[in-house]
Amino acid sequence: MDIIRTLEKENMKENVPDLKVGDFVRVAVKVREGSRERLQIFEGYIIGMHGRGIRRAIVVRRLSFGIGVERVFPIHSPLVDNIEIVRRGKVRRAKLYYLRDRVGKAARVKEDIKARR
Amino acid sequence: MQKCMLGKKIGMTQIFTEEGKQIPVTVIAAGPISVLQIKNEEVDGYKAIKFGFEDIKEKRVNKPMKGQFEKAGVSAKRYIKEFRLDKVDTFEIGQEIKVGDMFKEGDKVDVSGASKGKGYQGTVKRFGTSRGRESHGSKYHRGVGALAGASIPSRVFKGRKLPGHMGAENVTVQNLSVVRVDDGRNLLLVKGAVPGPKGGLVVIKESVKA
Repeated sequence: MDIIRTLEKENMKENVPDLKVGDFVRVAVKVREGSRERLQIFEGYIIGMHGRGIRRAIVVRRLSFGIGVERVFPIHSPLVDNIEIVRRGKVRRAKLYYLRDRVGKAARVKEDIKARR
Repeated sequence: MQKCMLGKKIGMTQIFTEEGKQIPVTVIAAGPISVLQIKNEEVDGYKAIKFGFEDIKEKRVNKPMKGQFEKAGVSAKRYIKEFRLDKVDTFEIGQEIKVGDMFKEGDKVDVSGASKGKGYQGTVKRFGTSRGRESHGSKYHRGVGALAGASIPSRVFKGRKLPGHMGAENVTVQNLSVVRVDDGRNLLLVKGAVPGPKGGLVVIKESVKA
């Protein structure tokens, strides 16, 4: 088991922020367009996390023109360039699937003011 | 065949390619293996190499085994396995062979091992036969079903799928590609799953289909 952990650690990113469910994040994803590569920004709330070690992934939800869009990002994938925490959220559950039924002002997460610096 | 290796299954994980693809890999602690005996056509009638794998305490082996190790001048090993190879004169007795000497990235390999034992199982799990309904008056759930006809043929044909012992048999997975070879730590990473439990002995050979 230890060999697997060390192997995974070698391929994991070191400077990943301490992500938590409820955080509002800005994810920069590498997108290939023909031969050109550019960064695409996806902003939204983390509504779930799963996996351990190198398989760890976050589910980010945002409203795009009134339509909910959810994307799963394996946080150690080389395609995920950078994850930035914009705001810390104050939540009481591990999965925020209730946000799927809400729109507009109701689809917000309370900010964790204590975590703000 | 010219390439072979012995190893222990450590477990599975995944690695990313540069394009961001996730590859499921099995980590195998492969080698180093020591040459214990070289069999040739003149003496033994066929060409083969006898390898030993994994060091153990000398007091764990019995005298006949100890004799083999002493003759080759290597320490006591847990596993001994013979491989029939096309060319045997490239090896010498006592030589230690590492994974990197045998395989490199991109090679295709066949991996064999003893599968996990499942015990005595019914036909649903063992052969994937269909099952009956659980409710709606059904009293037929996971049974074998009809064995054969009646007065004709008045017997049960051979090979009829019936309950019995499942697993713990030798299984080979063909055509797995080698994702990474770590000669320093004696690790071999192959794409996909490999038979057997963690810590089980696996035999790695060059692919017969390549």
